[in-house]
Amino acid sequence: MNASNAFGDYFALFGLPRRFAVDPTVLESAYLDVQAKIHPDRFSHMPENERRVAMQWASHANEGYRVLRRAVPRARYLLHLAGIDPQIESNTAMPADFLMRQMLLREAVEEAQDDADVEALDGLLRELRRDARAMEQQLAGDFDEHGDLIAATARVRQLMFLERLQEDIGSALETLEN
Amino acid sequence: MALLQIAEPGQSAAPHEHRLAVGIDLGTTHSLVATVRHSLPECLPGEQCGILLPSIVRYLPDGSVAVGKEAAEHQATDSQNTIVSVKRFMGRGLDDLEAGARKQYDFVDAEGMVRINTRAGVKSPVEVSAEILKVLRQRAESRLGGELVGAVITVPAYFDDAQRQATKDAARLAGLNVLRLLNEPTAAAIAYGLDNETEGIYAVFDLGGGTFDFSVLKLSRGVFEVLATSGDAALGGDDFDQALATWLRAQGAADELSPEDARAVLVECRRVKEVLSRKDAEVASVALTNGSTLSAEVTRAQFEALTAKLVAKTLTPVRKALRDANLSVEDVHGVVLVGGATRMPQIREAVAQHFGDEPLTDIDPDKVVAIGAAIQANVLAGNRREEDDWLLLDVIPLSLGIETMGGLVEKIVTRNSTIPTAKAQEFTTYKDGQTAMAIHVVQGERELVRDCRSLGRFELRGIPPMAAGAARIRVTFQVDADGLLSVAARELSSGVEASIVVKPSYGLSDDEVAGMLRAGFEHADEDMRLRALREQQVEAQRMVESVQSALDVDGDLLDAPERAEIEAALAALSGLIAGNDGRAIKSALEGINKLTETFAARRMDKTIRAALAGQKLSDLKV
Repeated sequence: MNASNAFGDYFALFGLPRRFAVDPTVLESAYLDVQAKIHPDRFSHMPENERRVAMQWASHANEGYRVLRRAVPRARYLLHLAGIDPQIESNTAMPADFLMRQMLLREAVEEAQDDADVEALDGLLRELRRDARAMEQQLAGDFDEHGDLIAATARVRQLMFLERLQEDIGSALETLEN
Repeated sequence: MALLQIAEPGQSAAPHEHRLAVGIDLGTTHSLVATVRHSLPECLPGEQCGILLPSIVRYLPDGSVAVGKEAAEHQATDSQNTIVSVKRFMGRGLDDLEAGARKQYDFVDAEGMVRINTRAGVKSPVEVSAEILKVLRQRAESRLGGELVGAVITVPAYFDDAQRQATKDAARLAGLNVLRLLNEPTAAAIAYGLDNETEGIYAVFDLGGGTFDFSVLKLSRGVFEVLATSGDAALGGDDFDQALATWLRAQGAADELSPEDARAVLVECRRVKEVLSRKDAEVASVALTNGSTLSAEVTRAQFEALTAKLVAKTLTPVRKALRDANLSVEDVHGVVLVGGATRMPQIREAVAQHFGDEPLTDIDPDKVVAIGAAIQANVLAGNRREEDDWLLLDVIPLSLGIETMGGLVEKIVTRNSTIPTAKAQEFTTYKDGQTAMAIHVVQGERELVRDCRSLGRFELRGIPPMAAGAARIRVTFQVDADGLLSVAARELSSGVEASIVVKPSYGLSDDEVAGMLRAGFEHADEDMRLRALREQQVEAQRMVESVQSALDVDGDLLDAPERAEIEAALAALSGLIAGNDGRAIKSALEGINKLTETFAARRMDKTIRAALAGQKLSDLKV
């Protein structure tokens, strides 16, 4: 991740406190304000060298908005700023009840996919989104109230698990539609 | 020129001077040019013809080139030298073309992009497109009475890097300074949104002659934010003509036709298609070269049945874009129709049915893209009007990735990322003392390299020799506001800048474009050379003044040796201005430009930080 570099961190760029809980309207409005000031189109009368600097700033702001807008990248970014590597690839330990539920969900997805059951897939997607939202609430507690980065790291890994399953349902739906 | 007076963001450095800029819609079937004059956008007509210039180029026996109506008249009789729908071949190899299209011309499968063998020699689609752009440029310069500062050229949103690069090359070849490649549906949204002061989520359904785009945008507080875009770069009105032509030929058992007759059938089918948008039935009739006539009556119902599959094909990208934007049809406040092919009633019905609402058509679908491009060009050229306090945030339509082990693709930039965007990736060496490394960049959504479009192979050289795995090479993929990719690399432990050799898989090399440009300049006369010299003198004078004032204001951004070097170069350039050695002035200018690159970047960085600090960003780390 392109985290702290010469441009400064994303929370500072958008004038936001370094917290997990982010008001999406405040973030969006800060992002648009920043872009309105630094976008290369605002400097279109200037020579290429200058415009390139504006382009780099605008790229940085776009990446910052992408990272802060959604829960998983935002949580990973907070961990990164705290110097914690969530070891997404290597550490796959999960609580047993979480894993059990995921296995059941995955089976249900495969079954719905085999039956070409779009409605069932849509239902599963809604269920997963609900799970994810609940987990995001808990993440806000881990980060902002308890400052428990160990708990947050474990939860981010679980949330990523949920996201992957949502993506799989998305591509299954796409295949069925075409 | 590296340094100019820095103005407030969004304001022109020279507010009183109106700079001539145009928007060009380079379409599959026709092209047009528009500009903003007296604060109002307008399309510019040609000498005798109207606003729409047919995108047809004919290479004549006497060596001249005809573009537009004049060329169109010969498309059936001189089909091998009269190129239609050249946009379909931009950035495309022979393998990309459908079997039917491959027989249309005498194609040469050159490396990268197809070439067409004509009586004027082998032509690249870039050169053919440049002929169309040249006519539009001349049209604009004669109507506006002056040289253009630059142009915004529109491209289908779904164009990949190769197609975008080809379009930019064509514009350069036509002598145009490209201010921006603008996505067609986004251009339409600008024209539409500014006209109606709209807010909310809007979609643009753009079915042109050869391409289909669907974009979802959010309009709020003067920002046009593209949320997602999708499309089909090989689906358009042309395909409806083809479907009808196939049917017509089956009626007359005329499956083996000469290229001339085949073209005549297509021309007639296009006419019938257009008539069927107004009438319920029409007779298609073509006099063939063998003296016989191919003729049949077509009803609208028949035509709709023949093309139902094509209409259905447009809805797949519609669903995909909405899914990518995480929206459903109810979230969309309105759908704007763009492109001549959306005049077909079956398209309007399909859109109305899918969105449960009548689509918006209040701006002429043929003109709306050029008008949006003209408004953007006006702003980028520095003529911001009072109502132009808006900003455009567009996206990249297709993911960019690199080849990894086993021919798999690892995505670096995902589709629908807001541009400009930059992503860095770290690589390491796998052999002791390895000093070079190859990176293959591809574009597309599929998992296998062979299913994606190869954009280029980048070879990193000059990596300092180290033990295997010790080098850390950071490769940055930068996508600019035109949606074009550039790649830079640096070895992190030593700080060595690795050099990059790009071998584009598609498109023309820089050398080829330079060669074509040189060929054009060979005919330049003495007057031109004198004018060029005077321009260079003016530019040199401006450079000296602006660098000097930059040194006065921001000299503290330089250390003493840096400053001394710049001052010496300035003195040398000042000495050359009075003389008449254009080439020496030019090379001194280029030298100063290079020398002040870092200074310019530091000043700009300071400007941006100041702009940001003007906001609530007092805690910004500098």
